[in-house]
Amino acid sequence: MSEEGKPVRRPRTPRETQELVERSLRRRYGAERRFRAYGLCAVILGIAFVAFLFATILAQGVSVFRQAYVQLDVFYDPEVIDPSGTRREDDLRLADYEALVRTALRAEFPGIEGRRDVRQLTRLVSSGAAHELQRRVLANPGLVGQRERVWLLASADVDLLLKGEIARDEIGEEGRLSEEQLAWIDTLRERGRLELRFNRTFFVNGDSREPEQAGVRGAVMGSFFTLLLTLILSFPIGVAAAVYLEEFAPRNRWTDLIEVNINNLAAVPSIVFGLLGLAVFIGFFGLPRSAPLVGALVLTLLTLPTIIIAARAALKAVPPSIRDAALAMGASPIQTVVHHVLPLAMPGILTGTIIGMARALGETAPLLMIGMVAFIVDVPSGFTDPATALPVQIFLWSDSPERGFVERTSGAIIVLLAFLIVMNTAAVLLRRRFERRW
Amino acid sequence: MARRSLLPAVAVAAGLALSTGTPAQTARDYISIVGSSTVYPFTTTVAERFGRGGRFRTPKVESTGTGGGIKLFCNGVGVQHPDIVNASRRIKPSEVEACTKNGVKEIVEIKIGYDGLTLSRSRKGTPMKLTRRDVFLALAKEIPDPAKPGALIPNPHRTWRDVNPTLPAERIEVLGPPPTSGTRDSFVELVMEPGCSAFEWIRKLKDSEENRFRRICHTLREDGVYVEAGENDNLIVQKLGANPNAVGIFGYSFLEENEDRLRGLALDGVVPTYESIADGSYPASRALYIYVKKAHVGVIPGLREFIAEYVSDRALGEEGYLADKGLVPPMDGERDRIRADALALANLKL
Repeated sequence: MSEEGKPVRRPRTPRETQELVERSLRRRYGAERRFRAYGLCAVILGIAFVAFLFATILAQGVSVFRQAYVQLDVFYDPEVIDPSGTRREDDLRLADYEALVRTALRAEFPGIEGRRDVRQLTRLVSSGAAHELQRRVLANPGLVGQRERVWLLASADVDLLLKGEIARDEIGEEGRLSEEQLAWIDTLRERGRLELRFNRTFFVNGDSREPEQAGVRGAVMGSFFTLLLTLILSFPIGVAAAVYLEEFAPRNRWTDLIEVNINNLAAVPSIVFGLLGLAVFIGFFGLPRSAPLVGALVLTLLTLPTIIIAARAALKAVPPSIRDAALAMGASPIQTVVHHVLPLAMPGILTGTIIGMARALGETAPLLMIGMVAFIVDVPSGFTDPATALPVQIFLWSDSPERGFVERTSGAIIVLLAFLIVMNTAAVLLRRRFERRW
Repeated sequence: MARRSLLPAVAVAAGLALSTGTPAQTARDYISIVGSSTVYPFTTTVAERFGRGGRFRTPKVESTGTGGGIKLFCNGVGVQHPDIVNASRRIKPSEVEACTKNGVKEIVEIKIGYDGLTLSRSRKGTPMKLTRRDVFLALAKEIPDPAKPGALIPNPHRTWRDVNPTLPAERIEVLGPPPTSGTRDSFVELVMEPGCSAFEWIRKLKDSEENRFRRICHTLREDGVYVEAGENDNLIVQKLGANPNAVGIFGYSFLEENEDRLRGLALDGVVPTYESIADGSYPASRALYIYVKKAHVGVIPGLREFIAEYVSDRALGEEGYLADKGLVPPMDGERDRIRADALALANLKL
């Protein structure tokens, strides 16, 4: 179109203009489609990661809900558990219940003699079986002298074999189960005396060193007490702080400073709060280590900024016309806030609180410093009992040498994820149900 | 609106929780234990059995690491301080001093047994017989120059055959603990140091130039041959299963628990087994201890009984339940002596 380097412009024909516009339109539509595709890719990638995470954890952990049990005919021999015949609780508590299990097992396989073989045979049953019999007798002393057919925990090796975690052909000289033990296991299965049943133990027991006896109840209760107290402490403090800052505080340099600091606190790594808790609550106030009370205080510090920020945003979203109307009708400022602004902001505040709580539920680092990373068998029953929490339990199990804990670890993760999903769903539902748009 | 009554209710509940939550720090009816993560599996097993007995509450066992545990232990006497500390090494004189300064004057030392540090490989891989010299030559960042005595060169070895012609021509790939781990300390001390002392001139450095000696012997390669696999030994076990050529470094209890998949490699001609670690012929084994605060005996219910349980034959015997967990208990004569000292609450002598 140029002549002698000089552009000569002639007016475009309508056809040319149309072509130009169409070409540019095509380009713009293309860009639009690509842009959407990028977004879609990002979402798909995110979902793929989450799906991969869930799939691996479920694949490893879903077997935890079933557990190998052996059915035995137990005779509560008075000679063994109550030789004095007094049925005194102390005698019954200290009796040799392992002997009952041994006798019952040998009755199942009458041919077995010899110390080594009997030892091997008893290894098929968990050491928790004797504990279970003790529990039964203490709960009902009338059982002494009776016979009963009970399902007892099998040992972790039997459990892993039944679930296919230990391959049969790998069993040899160095293997975990001997040829004889394999034969006994097969016999028991043929007789219907050994099977995978619902794993109640996992939900009612505290921690244990034996994978087959370890459960999440202690950790769940520890998390429950900690979170309950965290909620009780952080919700009123957080809401009060947000209401004051949003509704009553004058706008000046001080409130700006406070606002900046709250935002900073929300970004502080959680281990720092743990160190603070160790120094202040345990060191200075002398509160007990490993207690949900201290855990809750530390997690309160951690969740407060989240709650304050969410609550302030929710309060800000309530239109000023509501306040003006209330004040115009003669309501006092406190009536305006309590009767009108807070109820309208509540869905947003609750959502923020639940998200803060969900974060607190998943925290491990601060709990490390205040001694909640601990082996605790007894299920905690109060705020000052030694306790641990769900994520800590996952961490401890993942580091245990026993092979059975691999599955327990994933099982505990599933339980934790279930709680998180429930809490986050509650947050979404609350928002949907009560949110008002202006 | 129901939501309106929520606020006062929460406020009242908070008040209640705060007023009833004031702790009774005057008494503690359970034993509190802190310390090494290596001893943790053993002490927790004893604690669980002890709690099952039903006479006392189950002790609380925290996993804080040996150094951190001793610090907490030495902070003072009183119910807010722990009663027992687990240690994967012996307590240091400086730590005893700190203890004494804080009023913890009488400490009972109980050696509970040994833990072997093993080099293991998948059963699918070829078995190797290593010496500590081989391991040093394979893993040290700098090794002695074979051409020039007294000089160091960056470690050029890529395969095990480069290290020692009798070994297979497989790529060196070792998964082990990071520097923060107590296992790493033990590995450096029990394997690397003796390995580099196989060279005469380096051994002499130990007396003349200790810092240089430590730098040569303690520094591991950073070129990807030695992989720091994190504190989690289970992860190393899993990676070994997936990669038959790799060698992993961890405690004997993890090898024992995975004997069906893994094979312990012979070190200086001795295969890591229960027997070879117990009688001391396996070179890389370390002693494990627990330390008890004597001032707490008689104050914390069950402390004396817990010690008795720990050193009983049921637990520490050759067929005791701790042996099932991978601990290698002391041999008969030594065990009797340890038990007598523990039951008499004999004071620690450094």
